Amino acid sequence: MAVRQGRYTLLLPSRPVIVGSAAVGTKKEGEGPLGTEFDKIYEDSKAGESSWEKAESTFHREAVTRALAIAATSPSDVDMIFAGDLLNQCIGTTFGLRELDIPLTGLYGACSTMALSLAMAGIMTDCGIIGAAVASTSSHFCSAEKQFRMPLEYGGQRCPTSQWTASAAGAAVVKAQGEGVHIDAAIIGRIQDLGIKDSNNMGAAMAPAAARTIIDFLRDTNSRPEDFDMILTGDLGVVGSQLLLELLQKDENVDISPVHADCGLMLYDLDEQDVHAGASGCGCSGSVVCSYIVRRLKAGELNKVLFVGTGALMSPVSSLQGESIPSIAHGVLLTH
Amino acid sequence: MATTEKEYGKMAKKASPPSPKGLNIIKAFTVGGLICALGEGLFTIFTRLNISEDGVKALVTITLIVLTAILTAFGIFDRIAKHAGAGTIVPITGFANSIVSPAMEYQSEGRILGTAAEMFKIAGPVIVYGCSTAFIYGFIYWITQR
Repeated sequence: MAVRQGRYTLLLPSRPVIVGSAAVGTKKEGEGPLGTEFDKIYEDSKAGESSWEKAESTFHREAVTRALAIAATSPSDVDMIFAGDLLNQCIGTTFGLRELDIPLTGLYGACSTMALSLAMAGIMTDCGIIGAAVASTSSHFCSAEKQFRMPLEYGGQRCPTSQWTASAAGAAVVKAQGEGVHIDAAIIGRIQDLGIKDSNNMGAAMAPAAARTIIDFLRDTNSRPEDFDMILTGDLGVVGSQLLLELLQKDENVDISPVHADCGLMLYDLDEQDVHAGASGCGCSGSVVCSYIVRRLKAGELNKVLFVGTGALMSPVSSLQGESIPSIAHGVLLTH
Repeated sequence: MATTEKEYGKMAKKASPPSPKGLNIIKAFTVGGLICALGEGLFTIFTRLNISEDGVKALVTITLIVLTAILTAFGIFDRIAKHAGAGTIVPITGFANSIVSPAMEYQSEGRILGTAAEMFKIAGPVIVYGCSTAFIYGFIYWITQR
């Protein structure tokens, strides 16, 4: 049964296990530094579908199906799936998963959804009321651009602070027992807003949320950055990562730079792939964690990773209305 | 966090790399100039075909619009515009692209509420404020020139 540690952290004494995970992406993700880590690369970013939204749903379903196959688990044995994405009403998730006939808890945490879904799957499994859960998420560059920005073929310029939404999905099967990576603790974040209004600079908007959750977790668990092999943020990119390190140093006198990594800086080759400040989107941390990170943890190359997914909670409407961007960061402690 | 919004705004500004304005201006000037030169070239060609001046003006505009529409449809225009910026947006090419690109994007929502309804999503404000400005200018002209 989960135990509250300090003010915000939930320890999961039964140590739920990620028994299988999978990530899918498109050609662009395949050409990135983690390309070989993906379980499937779609050469056609539309996945043979008639719309970008349907393509995203296909990615999501494929990631879940593959994770279940790796975990040797049938959909009928899954008690609940925790999933979400960036599209309005989370259609990337719901349309992708409707055939699976698994009880669904739809989540919206913007790009923090992978951390949120893993946290929920871990907590519910630890409570003993769920034997097998799936945590999954997806995003698609084209469906996200369409919803949040401009049409794909519009001849605009992207600014240097903008990030590239990953066309990818990640899924993890979490069970009470088994072989794999453990979820030892979870922390649900608090909304932070330091007044950033530029929706092309989401790394800057999200950095305070990541800083808040990391500090809360370190305080609650009475730990220091060097106690971890890696403190992995979701998709802060170049600008957000720098600001996170600065904020922690300035306000808390904590230096996480030796162990900090960011999925948004890992997915693409920043020099070669024209993604400006890095990757973003639910599928960014979703695919990086469900492939590279879980594999390194399983192999014992990493032993203790605090994964803090970051999400910008704005909408196109709030941006047009001149609102600042509230952000959130949720965390899970993943161990070998 | 002890950092205030004001302090953080300064930190964020410092951490955020600015757009390469000098380079962007040079690229925009060059590409915009080339598009205008193309327009002039078309003007000369059509004039030599013994078409009336009004006809030539219309044909030059139409040719640039059709060319942009074709380049947009084949996914080439945005690759040029990524570098050219205002150089491709300011001429009639930008206007054409701003109508064709949403028309393509929203095909999956159907011909009426998708393509047709969304077609003016970006160009709409240009039409609204362009017509409004023309009206105000016309009104001033009407008053002062009577």
